[in-house]
Amino acid sequence: MFKKILLATDGSAHSIRSADHAIKLAENFGGTVDAVYVVDGKKSKEDVLHSVDKYEVKRERNEKIKAVKEMLEQSSVEFNTHILHGEPGPTIVEFANKNDYDCVVIGSRGLNDLQTMILGSVSHKVAKRVECPVLIVK
Amino acid sequence: MNLQSLKETWFGNVRGDVLAGIVVALALIPEAIAFSIIAGVDPMVGLYASFCIAVVIAFVGGRPGMISGATGAMALLMVTLVADHGLEYLFAATILTGIIQILFGVFKLANVMKFVPRSVMVGFVNALAIMIFTSQLQHFVGETWVMYGLVALTLAIIYLFPRITKAVPSTLVAIIAVTALAIFGGIGVRTVGDLGSLTQQLPVFLIPEIPLNFETLMIIFPYSLSLAIVGLLESLLTANIVDDMTDTESNKNRESRGQGIANVVTGFFGGMAGCAMIGQSVINVKSGGNGRLSSLVAGVFLMFLIIVLGGVVVQIPMAALVGVMIMVSIGTFDWSSVKNLHKIPKTDAAVMVVTVVTVVVTHDLSKGVLAGVVLSAIFFAAKISKVKVNEIVALEGSKKIYKVHGQIFFASVNDLVEKFNFNDSVKEVEIDLTNAHLWDDSAIGALDKIEMKFEQNHIKVEYTGLNEESKHLKKRIGGMSKASGH
Repeated sequence: MFKKILLATDGSAHSIRSADHAIKLAENFGGTVDAVYVVDGKKSKEDVLHSVDKYEVKRERNEKIKAVKEMLEQSSVEFNTHILHGEPGPTIVEFANKNDYDCVVIGSRGLNDLQTMILGSVSHKVAKRVECPVLIVK
Repeated sequence: MNLQSLKETWFGNVRGDVLAGIVVALALIPEAIAFSIIAGVDPMVGLYASFCIAVVIAFVGGRPGMISGATGAMALLMVTLVADHGLEYLFAATILTGIIQILFGVFKLANVMKFVPRSVMVGFVNALAIMIFTSQLQHFVGETWVMYGLVALTLAIIYLFPRITKAVPSTLVAIIAVTALAIFGGIGVRTVGDLGSLTQQLPVFLIPEIPLNFETLMIIFPYSLSLAIVGLLESLLTANIVDDMTDTESNKNRESRGQGIANVVTGFFGGMAGCAMIGQSVINVKSGGNGRLSSLVAGVFLMFLIIVLGGVVVQIPMAALVGVMIMVSIGTFDWSSVKNLHKIPKTDAAVMVVTVVTVVVTHDLSKGVLAGVVLSAIFFAAKISKVKVNEIVALEGSKKIYKVHGQIFFASVNDLVEKFNFNDSVKEVEIDLTNAHLWDDSAIGALDKIEMKFEQNHIKVEYTGLNEESKHLKKRIGGMSKASGH
């Protein structure tokens, strides 16, 4: 049933809990997990500004999702990681719908409360517009 | 470049580029006007600049999808030139800026920008944000609460409107709403028209009316050099950001040359020097633009709007523009650098702060960058000049082996020489340089000096473990200094 699982992550504590659920789900159904980390324009600017070159940018982003990646490595689940660019909500929706996932796992809160207040929550947008079942981890 | 890739960079994304170009044009207008006012020139100068630069860059730039135009960083650099010498000198300086940038591109100096450390770049954008903000404070002097209220309203619309829709730039919505309120509400606040005039016509080719002599060159050259460096710095930073956002590569030397060509053209068409804009480029990519067409559409649509709507533009209240500029300064400032100031190395923090302070004191971004680069070079030299020497006693106390670790060059030689005990009771010493590297003649001089000092005490010196490069250097310089020395 849940063979192909998309895990949205931002490196926060919330997304580590989401990873936990995604792994359990995959283990139960013998599925695979694709972890995605979305970099938006503001983050792009910050990362480029603070890094010596693009290799360092790449390394630091991998560092961000390291915790999630390690959890996946320790599990028996087959997995992949992707770093995407764009607005988190629409980018996750587009990626999920294009690649026919069976389930999207996403944390209910990201890094910043203020952002959630101004921009609305990413998980809400994703839940509304993704075509497959969505598991929002609280 | 072959026809296929030319077609791809122009027409690979027509729909996205046209839509994003229109969005960018709308967002560019208030900024181009506000930057003109910062520079102390008519709004047309900034608008012509944004039009010319965006259009020319579309053809000759190295980073498709990046938006260039009149910018705050450049406007801040030309304030005193305009005030002291006038507009014609600004056009001349703009042309010279372009020529310098073309030379940068032709001689492939874009790579030199990698010597500008990231803490200097962070300081640069923070200083830019502070300068844009403080340049707005003069507009508050002697104003009433009505003006304060309009500024607050502008900011509220800018930050809250995206919750309703992101299809239209919120800055434009704010400008329209506040302008409408001022016109129909009959509120008598200062407008753009009070600060300069606006002509509804296309830019025309003109040669700056300045005496073509050495004195003129000496007036404009320092400005042009600062403008060229700051322009390239911001453009290449922006290019890197667009590279990252779109996950593609770009040609930095071509971009330098393109920026230069764009500024030369702008200078001849009555525009002020400009460069790439981080904020607008991010808006462009976010709106779906990533090809050359987006920049062309942005420029052309901007000019179209001015010709059609010029009469309304002069009625925009200054309060609305001040609001937009405050938003620009908040968006430009790198808040994460303040949040993480206690986490980053102290030397990096010092470089960042010195860059910012230098700019705020001198009102010159290029001086801040220079101060930052020099300071970080000193810090780097200090860090790398730490040499470590380990002593090992061998042959039952008659021989000593010194193992040298580190970079041996002019900044580290004094430190190195002090690490040896020249009055030792040993017969011979071996100085192991396996983990050291000799960089310059100071290094060779230091080795000679060490050898000499030991020999004065009748201790034989042997150098071992020199790497190829160091050996080569020692042979080249060392032989000479010994022969001439004693």
